[in-house]
Amino acid sequence: MKVIVVGNGMVGYKFCEKLVSKTTYKKENFEVTVFGEEMRPAYDRVHLSEYFLNNDARSLELANQDWYAENGIDLKLGELIKKIDIQNKTVESHKSEIYDFDKLIIATGSYPFVPTIEGVDKNGIFVYRTIEDLDQMIRFSEKIKSKGKNKAVVIGGGLLGLEAAKAVKDLGLETHIVEFASVLMARQLDARGGDVLKSKIEELGITVHTSKNTKCFAGEHDVEKMHFTDGSELDANMVVISAGIKARDEVASAAGLELGPRGGVLVDDKMQTSHPDIYAIGEVANFLGFTYGLVAPGYEMAEIVVSQLYGETKSMLESPDMSTKLKLLGVDVASFGDAIDIHHEHTPIIFENRHEKIYKRVNISADGTKLMGGILVGDAAEYNMLLQIYKNGMSLPKNPEDLILGSRNGAESLNDVSALPDAAVICSCENVNKGKICCAITDEGFDNYKAISKQTKAGTGCGGCKPMVQNILESELKKMGRVVKNTICEHFQYTRAELYDIVKIKGITDYDEALNTIGLGHGCESCKPALASIFASLFMETANKQPAIQDSNDRFLANIQRNGTYSVVPRIPGGEITPEKLIVIGEVAKEYNLYTKITGGQRIDLFGAQLNDLPAIWEKLIIAGFESGHAYGKALRTVKSCVGSTWCRFGMNDSVSLAVKIENRYKGLRAPHKLKGGVSGCIRECAEARGKDFGIIAVEGGLNLYVCGNGGADPKHAILLATGLDEETCIKYLDRFLMFYIQTAGPLIRTAPWLEKMEGGIEYLKSVVVDDSLGIGTELEAQMEKLVSDYACEWKEAIENDAIRKRYKHFINSEERDENIVFVPLREMKMPEPWK
Amino acid sequence: MQNVLDKYESVMEEKVTYWYPCGHVEDFPENAGACIKYKHAQIAVFYFARMGKWYACQNLCPHKVEMVLSRGMIGDAAGIAKVACPMHKHNFSLEDGTCLTAELPAIATYPVKIEKDQVLVGFNF
Ligand code: SRM
Ligand SMILES: Cc1cc2nc3c(=O)[nH]c(=O)nc-3n(C[C@H](O)[C@H](O)[C@H](O)COP(=O)(O)OP(=O)(O)OC[C@H]3O[C@@H](n4cnc5c(N)ncnc54)[C@H](O)[C@@H]3O)c2cc1C
Ligand code: SF4
Ligand code: FES
Repeated sequence: MKVIVVGNGMVGYKFCEKLVSKTTYKKENFEVTVFGEEMRPAYDRVHLSEYFLNNDARSLELANQDWYAENGIDLKLGELIKKIDIQNKTVESHKSEIYDFDKLIIATGSYPFVPTIEGVDKNGIFVYRTIEDLDQMIRFSEKIKSKGKNKAVVIGGGLLGLEAAKAVKDLGLETHIVEFASVLMARQLDARGGDVLKSKIEELGITVHTSKNTKCFAGEHDVEKMHFTDGSELDANMVVISAGIKARDEVASAAGLELGPRGGVLVDDKMQTSHPDIYAIGEVANFLGFTYGLVAPGYEMAEIVVSQLYGETKSMLESPDMSTKLKLLGVDVASFGDAIDIHHEHTPIIFENRHEKIYKRVNISADGTKLMGGILVGDAAEYNMLLQIYKNGMSLPKNPEDLILGSRNGAESLNDVSALPDAAVICSCENVNKGKICCAITDEGFDNYKAISKQTKAGTGCGGCKPMVQNILESELKKMGRVVKNTICEHFQYTRAELYDIVKIKGITDYDEALNTIGLGHGCESCKPALASIFASLFMETANKQPAIQDSNDRFLANIQRNGTYSVVPRIPGGEITPEKLIVIGEVAKEYNLYTKITGGQRIDLFGAQLNDLPAIWEKLIIAGFESGHAYGKALRTVKSCVGSTWCRFGMNDSVSLAVKIENRYKGLRAPHKLKGGVSGCIRECAEARGKDFGIIAVEGGLNLYVCGNGGADPKHAILLATGLDEETCIKYLDRFLMFYIQTAGPLIRTAPWLEKMEGGIEYLKSVVVDDSLGIGTELEAQMEKLVSDYACEWKEAIENDAIRKRYKHFINSEERDENIVFVPLREMKMPEPWK
Repeated sequence: MQNVLDKYESVMEEKVTYWYPCGHVEDFPENAGACIKYKHAQIAVFYFARMGKWYACQNLCPHKVEMVLSRGMIGDAAGIAKVACPMHKHNFSLEDGTCLTAELPAIATYPVKIEKDQVLVGFNF
């Protein structure tokens, strides 16, 4: 059968993938030719914006060119089909070559819709759909920035517009969003939801202008200004138009295929167009009067056409689901089912918190029994569960408000996956239901997320269902009586906490011994540092004792930088430093021509040191009284302080002294992940102590101790563990808390996610640390005391030991240095040559 | 930088024209890597002391084209000896140079032999 696919986008590719993955697929039976107008094989448009971060087009590819060849598919890139002849069943490419087909699949997607506005053809006005669009935007933004211009406007406050706004902001431009309607995301959100989203986005420094109609673009060659119909205007050095999409149906239309009234190739429930041998799928298809600008419906359409070609009878049952959950500009936004309820048929339950900028709405059927749809802005944690309840028509809890407020008064939790029926679709991108996932676990024996995802394809699309798949996995394994374990890697079938205990009880003292007695194979970059950390926590050994199992940075006691040079971070406890020491840092930096910067951790980083120079640099610093800052280690980093009562008129205690004391107490302490602390002198919290793994805030009557906060990618405020403490008790609790974390957390798990996974949560942690409910308090304190008293500066060790110093040579057989290291000027200093 | 990458090509044992003595066994760290210089090439040499095996490959990581592989951690994945780049932890097989974690170009590998405590790396240039 000769099959021609016009369009090699996301859906066109998915069709190919589904066609060849049928177990009965034989290359001999199908002769598949795919035409793609773009120069590269189909890529992931959904994650297009990532291109701004990594500039890596290959990582967006859905499959490389070899894949098509290996599966017997002839992929013709850079070829546009300009004509379809439905009588003779042929297509003609722009090179005027003619190809005949038995079945034709039209997957031409859509165009960004560009309204006809005066001046829309000026330089600097872009659409946002292809990698080429992005390349042009990047180039143009560089150009205007070099001229000191930086104002960008995105037209359209829909889903794609917000996505584009994020991209523009990441390019470092001042960003404005202009929306014609009175709310953002008018298709998905009601007015109040849109409003909350707007205030949340403005918080990020993006200006949102709603109810604005663009009259014209002004500027000589490059766009400079926008004028609106209400007489107002806005400076604009770059514009991205994201005003909706329009099906690319022109070739189909010219061929005489029927279109829907508002465009799109008309298809029936088998995706057949008005010609029985021609199908249309993806954004170009019009089904039940609509076109669908999301991947999930497109993938479902692809599946249906594949089944048609295999003589099966699958058809589209109902109108595709348009539910979405997105993280736009870092804000969770979700809408599902009948979200807006224009006809006021349902009963809404609404929760709005203007302070935290959260808006949640669920629509309940008039008889109060079913969930009909909903909106979540600012916090979409309940989305997956709500979607399941909606899609499966599951019955509602007694108090339907629990759906968005969470169950109070000890009622049963909603987030229980075991209540879902097998038919519940978990991954809507790939249309994988719960039954299939369970089957992979129970019948086929897969017991980790990666394997299940590979087997069932769940989670390979947008990835939004990952937490749910994980929950199903855990609940199924539990049902099978298996404990769910996060083993370290293929070499050790234990969790980190188990390994810690085994190493301690068996008295294992080095890595090889561990591998020989309780491990397999020869180790790897996961288990080596994990065990190194355990040995350090048990014996306070420095990274110099077993260098080969240290993570690469620890092995050289420095952080590797972009060009293979290293950074030097001396410890500056509490951020307090004398002028003499500052001068030494300056002198060392000058001598070795290092880039210097004040870090976010209240100390100074010296960048660009060559491996060969590290010992000499540290020798000088150590003579001046500095110690290693352990910036490279999963260890205590800094204890940030505010100036406190010694100077500050509000200070309730001497926070610098306390911070210095605590930093010196725990310096060198290695842990499953890095540890940061903070001490603030009063509730104004200038040390940001609640953004740290442990934070102390002085209040009337003593110290408040907070634990398990962090900044980073998923910021968490630390939670109150105990109040009104004196210094001694505070340190006692800290000892217990840190030691308990060190013994029980998984590798590379910071305190916040550790607490999140802890059964019983903060109440349990309080009972262990404050009430000593496990009776291990004194033991934990004693262990910590031992670690504290055995501390040694590992850089001092290193410079005093010739064998260790020998490690700091680029070549083992030559005194030469690495001639590949290139620096370029940066203001008055220097930086590595950027990566290409 | 691309031309730096092109400089390195795997050498099969039977194609070796010169066994370069780059040092003594005890000059090399156990269960880790070190870098040697041969003509203009930078070669990472790894000593898997547990298995008594030696491997050599280009020091250049094809991911961001930096001279860093000798500083990576070594180990095995399902029995295949490998190195993890210290920059972004991409893994490369030391048996045939293929990247085990992403679609990156393979790295060049070189044969190593030990004679009278001398470490010899095989080249054809
Ligand atoms: C130098 C510095 C940035 C600066 O110029 O200010 C920095 C630089 C790096 N940070 Fe950071 N972080 C620095 C302060 C911070 C802070 C702010 C703070 O400490 O108050 C944070 C957020 C607070 C927090 O950690 O909770 C921060 C959150 C991270 C994270 C995310 C951690 C997380 O739990 O999500 C990483 C990634 C990681 O550790 O896995 C990271 C990782 C890194 C690494 C180590 C990346 C790497 O592996 O090479 C960077 C190299 C450091 C080096 O010296 O070569 N850095 N990093 C800061 C050094 C502080 C210091 O004196 O030690
Ligand atoms: C920035 C961005 C973010 C998005 N985010 C999401 C999201 O979070 N969730 C979601 O569900 N969806 C999202 N989408 C939408 C999703 O990408 C589309 O729904 C999906 O790509 C549609 O697939 P398609 O194959 O129908 O069209 P496309 O992927 O556009 O593919 C069509 C291809 O056909 C080619 N073509 C057209 N005409 C011809 C011709 N005559 N001859 C040869 N080739 C031709 C085109 O060049 C194109 O490569 C996003 C889109 C963008 C641009
Ligand atoms: S935030 Fe931290 S890890 Fe990220 S680039 Fe800055 S210094 Fe590096
Ligand atoms: S440079 Fe080696 S993995 Fe990135």
